Amino acid sequence: MSVLNKSAHELASMLVSKEISSVELTRAQLDNIDKLNPRLNSYLTVTHELALTQARQVDELRAKGEKLSALAGVPIAVKDNLTTIGIETTAGSKILQGWVPPYNATVVEKILSHRMPILGKTNLDEFAMGSSTENSAYGPSLNPWDLARTPGGSGGGSSSAVASMQAPLALGSDTGGSIRFPAAVTGTVGVKPTYGAVSRYGLIALGSSLDQIGPVTRNVLDAAMLHDVIAGHDDMDATSLAESLGSMTEAAKNDSVKGLKVGIIKELTGEGFQAGVSERFQEALELLVAAGAEIVEVSCPSFQYAIAAYYLIQPAEASSNLARFDSVRFGLRVMPEGAATVEKVMAATREAGFGAEVKRRIILGTYALSSGYYDAYYGSAQKVRTLIQADLAKAFEKADVLVSPTAPTTAFLLGEKQEDPLAMYLNDIATIPANLAGIPGMSLPVGLASEDNLPVGAQFLAPARQDARLYKVGAVLEKLLENKWSKSMLDFAPKLEVN
Amino acid sequence: MAKDQLMDYQKALDAYEVVIGLEVHVELNTNTKMFCGCANVFGDEPNTNVCPNCLGFPGAMPAVNGKAIENSIKIGLALDCQIAATGRFARKNYFYPDLAKNFQTSQYDEPIAFEGTIDIEVPSGKVFTVAIERAHMEEDAGKLTHVGGSTGRIQGAEFSLVDFNRAGVPLVEIVTKPIYGAGDEAPELAAAYVRSIREIVKNLGVSDARMERGNVRCDANVSIRPKGQEKLGTRTETKNVNSLRSIERAVKYEIQRQAHLLSQGTAIIQETRHWHEDRGATSSGRPKSDADDYRYFPEPDLVPIQPSKEWIEQLRATLPEKPAIRRKRLQELWVFSDLEFRDVVNSDLLDEIDDTVKAGAKPQAARKWWTGELARIANSEDKDIAELSITPTQVAQIAALVESGKLTDRLAREVLTCVLAGEGNPEEIVAKRGLEVVSDDGALLAAIDQVLSEQPDVLEKIREGKLQAAGAVIGAVMKAMAGSADAARVRELVIQRANEL
Repeated sequence: MSVLNKSAHELASMLVSKEISSVELTRAQLDNIDKLNPRLNSYLTVTHELALTQARQVDELRAKGEKLSALAGVPIAVKDNLTTIGIETTAGSKILQGWVPPYNATVVEKILSHRMPILGKTNLDEFAMGSSTENSAYGPSLNPWDLARTPGGSGGGSSSAVASMQAPLALGSDTGGSIRFPAAVTGTVGVKPTYGAVSRYGLIALGSSLDQIGPVTRNVLDAAMLHDVIAGHDDMDATSLAESLGSMTEAAKNDSVKGLKVGIIKELTGEGFQAGVSERFQEALELLVAAGAEIVEVSCPSFQYAIAAYYLIQPAEASSNLARFDSVRFGLRVMPEGAATVEKVMAATREAGFGAEVKRRIILGTYALSSGYYDAYYGSAQKVRTLIQADLAKAFEKADVLVSPTAPTTAFLLGEKQEDPLAMYLNDIATIPANLAGIPGMSLPVGLASEDNLPVGAQFLAPARQDARLYKVGAVLEKLLENKWSKSMLDFAPKLEVN
Repeated sequence: MAKDQLMDYQKALDAYEVVIGLEVHVELNTNTKMFCGCANVFGDEPNTNVCPNCLGFPGAMPAVNGKAIENSIKIGLALDCQIAATGRFARKNYFYPDLAKNFQTSQYDEPIAFEGTIDIEVPSGKVFTVAIERAHMEEDAGKLTHVGGSTGRIQGAEFSLVDFNRAGVPLVEIVTKPIYGAGDEAPELAAAYVRSIREIVKNLGVSDARMERGNVRCDANVSIRPKGQEKLGTRTETKNVNSLRSIERAVKYEIQRQAHLLSQGTAIIQETRHWHEDRGATSSGRPKSDADDYRYFPEPDLVPIQPSKEWIEQLRATLPEKPAIRRKRLQELWVFSDLEFRDVVNSDLLDEIDDTVKAGAKPQAARKWWTGELARIANSEDKDIAELSITPTQVAQIAALVESGKLTDRLAREVLTCVLAGEGNPEEIVAKRGLEVVSDDGALLAAIDQVLSEQPDVLEKIREGKLQAAGAVIGAVMKAMAGSADAARVRELVIQRANEL
């Protein structure tokens, strides 16, 4: 088996036992990127030299016998809305084309201090606004399971890179499902931690009260190890939690779900979900029951308002967050025709630099915050948030974790929903409540839908600060499924024919 | 620019009632900015105290300066405000090139302090109780310099430079409720109010409180209504009036301008106005309506501020005395007449004199130096007295040298000039320049003998008891001593010597 197919924790052991060097591993990854990326468009920037330099350094340190962290030497891909010193950071937008930040996001600092070579920056919908990467100013990423389909969004670059062996690990950001949905449709694992568990400093903000950075990986243990690298308090992010939430790696070593109460969210099953999705989801539940878990049904009636509330709060915050893109201090500057005033330069720059979806959300958000409409829109949406939190609190009285399919369907065709924003928004029905409530969620592959042979994801949710529960249940279910399949999810993936 | 027509002030007040409202921005003197670790320093090279945060770069996030919160609470307490159990930051959204993020992190419906009062004494001695609506925290914007064009304003400029050193400097904005019934004293009340705020923040040590540097800035809202009318008139907001005198003048100007317009049946436009010190006039800025939509919403990148009751009480216990009480105490302590004291307060020299007295000077001497020579120099150089480079300690040292007879008044003024010129402390200047009074009788007697021997006729007259003749000798001796002699002592010695010779 190629080194490329190994999971991050396997690679970590091989590095420790010196079966392989970080340079060899990183070079193999880069070669595969050079082969696949021109077709899949997973990466916007590939940092060959930087990655190899970092790999060489970690090899030298290891040779000297220095104590290194668990994932030292394992390369990683970084979503392009995280700032990286010396590496172009575009957030998938023309307005930031060529922008090289002078500071690292805290999570980037962390992966560098853990000596994980950075392979490059992955594609995303512009400013993470979208569910398919079709809103990227640099073209969509493709799903390695079917190149005509989306790898999900907004973090489709990271999911397609991890699913196509262009990286063993990646960082994503999740505002309404941007880690979990891409994971579900590419057969990978994606985790959105509790709001505040991971510092957002250096994440180019979409919806500040919703955004959270998390791992994109091929299995639960890898996700847990990466989660442990990036989590923790940061003085640079006032909303970051003061306390540690414990070791996710330890949680992922759990091997029992005996007595675990798993709550099925009534509102997120049945009608509206693709038959093959529901089928695989049910089977996964049966495996858990067989292993000793108890299934209970819970109801979250306020979820019906979640998408409406989300599409007020997130654009409102985005309209303000994106105001800084005005050409004065950084990024694109477009001079208008005729006499230029600063207002005209700002307007011309924003007109040329932002894509249609970004403009749509800025307009929506500006409207929702306008005086006279604030109470009806933004104010009401915040109330829905409180209701959703209350629903979840009640549900967690009955269940330790909640479960639903991650998305109503498997990967849709590129272009299928691009002309219908509302259909695109509805795609996030199952993932959005976790962001509105600030709770952690994990998407885990549970098999292929019988109609289209495409991956299906199940989403687990836990109460705020109980991220460890996701890894406990995820690790067990993953093992049950792999035992049943006698292989791992990505082994089902078609061999990519690219040239 | 068309010249406004003004109604005679007294006529305006006979016909209209004046309502004012004051918004004072106080820049805090914390070491670092409100939401990042950049230095909060005035006058550094442009764009040297900046970081991703105060430049509004993508991905940067604010972190609150705890000292700024403490200082804001102190200001609230000094204004007898209630302190919010939960204060929240909000984003005030508008595009302007000096505003890095194109929103200002401010406070909206949950200010840190609210519902206070302050007693303000106007020059006539009358005391007004001004109600404070709120004091809230926010960040300052950067500074724009418009280059090209004749006015230095954005209109007509070829280009503009932005300095973000000031972006993110902590501000506290103190807003009064509408102030009614000040009548013809409204302009004086406005100035006296700002003076008191300045005094408070200076005594709290939370701001350098220098108006010429923009540490304290006032926006004056003025409206008038025909006497007896219930409905408030349309107001104008004159922005950034940066001296006490200008505040008084600007308010008076607006009253007269609005009165003229209303008397002509012309409606007042709700707008911001700019004060022009040189012309003594305001000019139209931009229209401002109550519907100005800043799309405020709670700042999602910051958590609410929840100061504990214990902390608030600890801060309350550290507050200095209130301006009105302090004034009463100082007047009694210094034994100044009402007139002398009012002169001190109105010249805005209370702190300087207090500090000079604390440094050892006698109150009257301190008063004379500050309201006399120093005020004269500042005036002749067209400076604010605070801009003169002399400290109260140095003034006290000069006063002490005069008191001990080491300097004459004339010499002392010379020393003062040298201090202002940056030559060092008074003692050093006296030593370096040999300015000390010659108290060595030997040297004086030698000079006297020389002069007397040159002027035998004068000597004769003195001997005959015509003492006024000594004047010429004294003058010549003083000249010979280059002024560094005590004239009274010279006179004594001249008479003594004339009778001995």
